Amino acid sequence: MATPAFPTSFVPGPLWGNGPTPGQVYNFPGAATAPDQWGTQRTLNPSVTTTSVLAVKYKDGVVMAADMLGSYGSLARYRNCPRLQKINDKTILGCSGDYADFQFLSNIINQRVVEEECLNDGFSYTPPGLHSWLTRVMYNRRSQFNPLWNTYLVGGIHQEKPFLGYVDKIGIAYEADTIATGFGAYLALPILRDAVEKNKKMEEKQAVELIDRCMKLLFYRDARSLNKYQVAVVTKKGSEIRGPIVSEANWEIAHMVKGYE
Amino acid sequence: MEAMAMMPYQQEQTNHIERPIQHRFSPYDFNGGTVLAIAGEDFAVIASDTRLMTGFSILARDVPKTTQYTTNTVVGSCGFHGDVLTLTKVIQTRLKMFTYLHQKEMDTSSVAAMLSTVLYYRRFFPYYVYNIVAGIDTEGKGCVYSFDPVGSYERETYRAGGSASSMLQPLLDNQIGMKNQEGAKQVPLAKAKAVALVKDVFTSAAERDIHTGDAVCIHVITKQGTTKETYPLRRD
Repeated sequence: MATPAFPTSFVPGPLWGNGPTPGQVYNFPGAATAPDQWGTQRTLNPSVTTTSVLAVKYKDGVVMAADMLGSYGSLARYRNCPRLQKINDKTILGCSGDYADFQFLSNIINQRVVEEECLNDGFSYTPPGLHSWLTRVMYNRRSQFNPLWNTYLVGGIHQEKPFLGYVDKIGIAYEADTIATGFGAYLALPILRDAVEKNKKMEEKQAVELIDRCMKLLFYRDARSLNKYQVAVVTKKGSEIRGPIVSEANWEIAHMVKGYE
Repeated sequence: MEAMAMMPYQQEQTNHIERPIQHRFSPYDFNGGTVLAIAGEDFAVIASDTRLMTGFSILARDVPKTTQYTTNTVVGSCGFHGDVLTLTKVIQTRLKMFTYLHQKEMDTSSVAAMLSTVLYYRRFFPYYVYNIVAGIDTEGKGCVYSFDPVGSYERETYRAGGSASSMLQPLLDNQIGMKNQEGAKQVPLAKAKAVALVKDVFTSAAERDIHTGDAVCIHVITKQGTTKETYPLRRD
């Protein structure tokens, strides 16, 4: 009987303790990157966001406006984010919500517009056509629980008449004479509706002045807004994006507001 | 006793769970709206308000929730407007395919049966839509079918659906069903009486239900086709 080289009672200790088994990844307790036990994780909240878009139909067109701030939570991070887009001579698009999602969809739309133009068949995207398409994209993404965190406004001229439509991240869509998203839905929309109701045949100048007034109001009261904004106008003659426009604010009476410190 | 004390990492985990979440994505919303349908002897009346809401905000004041599907079939759909639009699109596409295939329009009873299967197809991620189908059956009589969001349905003579349904239904039970009345006789409902009743009940609903208002869109369906009328409601 040969004696073994090592005593049989000797059992080596674990290679390392208090850690993951070899080949596994260490997870810090309570860390945000918990093991993925509920399937794929999607972005279910926005990061760089933009605030209200305002739009109003008038006698022979649509006016739309949006400021140029990209907020990161409460931080006013980017101050030059254009989010009104000219699609073609009779269609414009405005967006509020997650800016990255807007850039993503904007690239897709631009590509489609280019491909459409290459056909050179005399057709182009119509405002109701783009609106309807956006409706399906947004609804489809919400149904996959992977929404595009945006609200889109489509403005334009269709069959000689102004068109204004709304689509949001869960696929709610409608057409209306006045639409405002975000904070604008509370602060600007009542003013826009009142003005349109009192003056059903509004001229372009009046519509632009109205929108300017509402943008200034939003700058005073919406903490996630900026006084630098763009205005888009579509008429039968074509579409254009104006700006950046800077509205002059007057804070002289601000020191009299007391009791909220 | 020492062993019972909470380890530091455990505390950390609790903090992580209780961290406030800014937005939670919900694929549904409730956009208000009330639909009402009444079947008469040789006609049917279906009406809906035209207000579109989310929370306490009015999105639009002129969005009727009724859609004409065939010459003598009108469907009222309310609940989540995104699903309403999608469901309407799906049904209309299928009806178009049916007409091309069979060279005739689908019967109201068949539209109802198809709607039921389309709704049940999404049983585990439902269309959050309350539907009421109104039309003329194959015998020329007025008919109304009411649905739940997952496709359960039945034929009835009158039905209210949507946000003010719990206010309208008992009123219809009393005025059309002649329920809870001593010695009341069941008389055939005249078309004009039905339309007048629809206007009255919607006016009352708009007084009490914040999700109902702006205007009511009334369709009267007969063998000859349908007529549409809009009647104003309070706008606040």
